[in-house]
Amino acid sequence: MIETVTRPHRDTLVRWAAGRPEVLVLSADLTASCEADAFRDTYPERFFSLGMAEQNMMGFAAGLAREGFYPYIHTFAVFITRRPFDQVAMSIGYPNLPVRLVGFLPGITTPGGVTHQAIDDVGLMRLIPNMTVLEAGDATDVESVLAVTQAIDGPVYIRQLRGEVPRLFPADEPMRLGRARPLGNAPASGADLCVLSSGICTEEAMRAVAALRGHGVGVTHLHISTLKPFDDPQLAQAIDGAGRGVITMENHSTIGGLGAAVAELMAERGAGVPLRRIGLRDRYAHGASRGYLMREYGLDAPALIAAAEALVGEPLAIGADDLAAVRVEQMRAVEKTEDL
Amino acid sequence: MTAAAPSQTPDAPAARVRRVADAVRRRVLEYTLKNNGGYLSQACSSAELLATLYLRSMRLGASRAPLTPRPFAGVPGPENPDAFTGADYNGPRAPELDRFIFSPVHYALVLYSLLIELGRLGPNGLDAFNQDGSTVELIGAEHSPGHEVTAGSLGQALSQAGGIALARRLKGESGRVWVLLSDGEFQEGQTWEAFAALGHHRIGNLGVVIDANAQQCDGAMADVMTIEPLAARLRAFGADVHEVDGHDSDALAAAAEGLGDGPDGHGRPLAIIARTDPCRGIELMRERMPRIHYVRFKSDAEFQAYQDLLARMTAEAGA
Repeated sequence: MIETVTRPHRDTLVRWAAGRPEVLVLSADLTASCEADAFRDTYPERFFSLGMAEQNMMGFAAGLAREGFYPYIHTFAVFITRRPFDQVAMSIGYPNLPVRLVGFLPGITTPGGVTHQAIDDVGLMRLIPNMTVLEAGDATDVESVLAVTQAIDGPVYIRQLRGEVPRLFPADEPMRLGRARPLGNAPASGADLCVLSSGICTEEAMRAVAALRGHGVGVTHLHISTLKPFDDPQLAQAIDGAGRGVITMENHSTIGGLGAAVAELMAERGAGVPLRRIGLRDRYAHGASRGYLMREYGLDAPALIAAAEALVGEPLAIGADDLAAVRVEQMRAVEKTEDL
Repeated sequence: MTAAAPSQTPDAPAARVRRVADAVRRRVLEYTLKNNGGYLSQACSSAELLATLYLRSMRLGASRAPLTPRPFAGVPGPENPDAFTGADYNGPRAPELDRFIFSPVHYALVLYSLLIELGRLGPNGLDAFNQDGSTVELIGAEHSPGHEVTAGSLGQALSQAGGIALARRLKGESGRVWVLLSDGEFQEGQTWEAFAALGHHRIGNLGVVIDANAQQCDGAMADVMTIEPLAARLRAFGADVHEVDGHDSDALAAAAEGLGDGPDGHGRPLAIIARTDPCRGIELMRERMPRIHYVRFKSDAEFQAYQDLLARMTAEAGA
C-alpha cells in the first residue's frame, strides 16, 4: 500500500531554506495552515507577517524580489489568484520577478466551501505572461517542487498540498520541470487511450487505469506537474499514440486548466481523436468532504471508467467492487526507450 | 538696506526650484498644445514637489542613462535580456543613495520635463513623446525615463516601495526610498494596506510625498469620494505626518529633512501631505473646473488662448 506523509511541505521548507538566506517567507495570517510555522519559528528574521492584506503583500514581495530576495508567499490559493489578481499580473508578472506564490487548498480538497476552494486558480495563473504554473500530486512532488521552482527565472505559482499527503512516486524521483511522469506499463504499441492527470486526481486515475489495463484496454498514463509551460514532448507523443481518445482529469474547472491546455495542444497538432475532460464542469463546488465532492462532481475513478467506456464504445464491466479491489502501489516512472 | 530672505536670492534652493518648476509648467503646456491634450493640471500641482525632491531632498547620483531616450526594448521576460527600467535616469544604485518610486504615472510628462530641466534628459528628450516604439510614453511604464516600477493601475507602487525599503533595511543600506503619490490613490484600499504594513514593520526609511490637489477624473475628490481627514487618518495608521503648502519648496524640504535617521531604518514612515493648486501658474484652467484631469481643447479660440498664454510665459521667463 502507499505510504502517507504528514505535512511534507512543513519540514521540507525548513530543511531546503537552511543554506539559502535570500529565501524569505511572507504570510497573510495563515501561517500554520500553510505549513510555514516551522520556517517562522526557525528563521524568524526571514519571516514577515503581512496580515490579511494580500494586495499589499504582492507589492511587498515584488519590491523584495527587485532587491535580490526570493519571497515565498504562503496563503490559500484563492487568496493569491482571485483578490489580488491585478497585483500579481502588474507588480509581479509584468516585470518577471522571481516571486514564488505557494497556494494551498486546491479545488475540492477543503470543506471550507466556495470561498476557500480554488477551482479556477490554474486558469487564472496560466493567463499571466511570464508565469510558470506547477502542481504537486503527491509527497514526492511536494518535497521537490521548491528546488524546481528556485531554478526558474521569473514568477512561479505552486498549487501545493498540505496535511496528509500520499506518496505515489518514489522519494528519490523528484519532480522535474516540464517533464510528465509516465505511470505503469504503457502498451508496447498502439495505446487505446491516453490519460493525463494532475494533482490529487492522479491517485484516482491510477486506480482506474489499473482496472482498465486489467480489462485489456491499452492506456498510456502521464502525471502532469508542469501546467505552464506546456511543451513536454511526451505529451504530444502520448496524444498522437492514442487510438481511441484522450482523457484529462483534474481537480479544477474544465475551463482554463489541464483539460483546456490539452485541448489547445490537440487542436494545434490536429489530433484526430476525441477528448474527454474530467473536472468541475463550469460549476462552483460547496462545503463538504473531499470524498463526497469527488463523487458528486465526478472527479473519481468511476468517472474515469465512464469516460473510457464512452471512448472505446463499449461497456467494460468494471464496477465499484473492482475499483475497490485495486491496490494502488507507489509507481516508479517508466523509463522509456525513446529519447524524449 | 535689508538682506533678502534666503529664498529670495537667485541662488537660494527655493529660487532654483521655482525656476525649474516654472520651466516644467511651460514645457508641459507646450506639449499639451502640440498633442491637443495632456495632463496639464498635474504639472501645475506637482512641479514644486518633484523639483524639491530632485533638487533638495533626494540623495541621487548622476544619471547613467542616455540623454536621448532609448527605444522600447520589449517587455520583460525570461527570453528578453534587453529589457530595462528607466531608473538609471535617477542615477546608479548604491547602498548610500536614495531611490525614487513614481506612482501616479499619468504625471509622466511632468517627470520627463523635470528631467530635461535637470539635464538628466537631453533637450530633445521629448521628441519621441507618445510615439510608437518609444519609451517616452503618455502614461509612463517602468521603462520610461525616471520610472522604476509598473504603477499605471494606481495604488500598487507604494507596496512595491515598501518591499524595496524593507529589503534595503535587511541589507543594511543607508539609502532611503521616496514615493510620489497622488491623493486619488488613497481611494484604493491597497494604499491603506500598505500604510498599515509600513507602520507595523516600522519602516522608517521610506518617505511618501502626496500631491493633494483634491482633483480626480470625475471632478473634485470631495464630490467623488472624499479621503479627508487625510492627516488624521495617516497619523492613526502610524505615519509621521507633515501637512504643507505644496508650492512652498522650503516647507517641503523642511518636512523631508531627517528621513531615515532612525536606527537601522526602523521608525515611522514619513508622509508629507502637500496641499496643491491644480491651476497654479495657469489661471486660465480655472474656467474648465472641475474637469481638468486631462485637458483637451474644445475650440480653436480656447486653443489660441492657451497658445497666447504660453507665448507670454515664455517671454516673461526670457526677460
